[in-house]
Amino acid sequence: MATESGTASVQHETHGAHATVGTYVLIGVILTVITAVEVAVFYIPALASVLVPILIVLSTTKFVIVVLFYMHLRYDSPLFRRVFFGPLLLALFVVIGLIVLFKYLPRFDPI
Amino acid sequence: MAANSAVAHRTSTGLDSWKLGFWVFLGSETLFFGSLISTYMVYKNESVVGPFPTEILNIPLTSVSTFVLLMSSLAMVIALDAVQRGKRAGSLFWIMAVIALGALFIGFQAYEFTHFYHEGLTLQTNLFGSSFFILTGFHGAHVTLGVIWLAILWLDALRGKLPPEKSLRLEIAGLYWHFVDIVWIAIFTLIYLIE
Repeated sequence: MATESGTASVQHETHGAHATVGTYVLIGVILTVITAVEVAVFYIPALASVLVPILIVLSTTKFVIVVLFYMHLRYDSPLFRRVFFGPLLLALFVVIGLIVLFKYLPRFDPI
Repeated sequence: MAANSAVAHRTSTGLDSWKLGFWVFLGSETLFFGSLISTYMVYKNESVVGPFPTEILNIPLTSVSTFVLLMSSLAMVIALDAVQRGKRAGSLFWIMAVIALGALFIGFQAYEFTHFYHEGLTLQTNLFGSSFFILTGFHGAHVTLGVIWLAILWLDALRGKLPPEKSLRLEIAGLYWHFVDIVWIAIFTLIYLIE
């Protein structure tokens, strides 16, 4: 199955070029700032009506930044992205599906 | 595990089988936590007796513990960089930093759980208590497992058994650690901040 040239490929995929420590620190600062904004938004009454969409956008941004940079999916093989984001998409469907089913659809009492 | 991994675990995909397998495992973990999060969301406002989430959740404390976990992820990538570059002192320092920050996070959670217990919230009190403790408890168990895993790697690094060619061992532990972090990012927003 695998060829000798596959060895170099494995080495490339496993230990490919990643971000520098400086980039990691910058990302850490960005994640901290986003978290601070999330908490600040939570305490501002004027934003109560748009709190949920704002928080979802901010937390999704944090999520994606960690996955792409700290988990190296930005640099690694696209196959890793597929085997992670595929089930993640299914998990999102599970969460949304169950919430809609139990919170927004009418309930019928059993006879 | 990853000694000469490039040779030992090469596959038809050209990728290391340990790493690919671990990504598949993390994919399955998203479904696991997705189920727990959706259970919490469904039961969130269904409790008929208190304490209720708005009465008991401590946002300032949890914000600090969230910051601690984010910083542990930063320490983790710096530790991996140090191991890959063969910097032994840096490796030992940064892996220990991740362990310490992880242990601190667990300490915050232990304090929170104890406080809730004294406020009358247990697994049996109401639907909020059941789903909250199950979700955050499983997450805390994951963090605890990660701390133990990293402690083993730190001991290996101390004995000189974590050279650059075996850095994949730390990289996989790092994937696990970052995954625990992103699960907490979701929990912090959905459970603590969205009322």
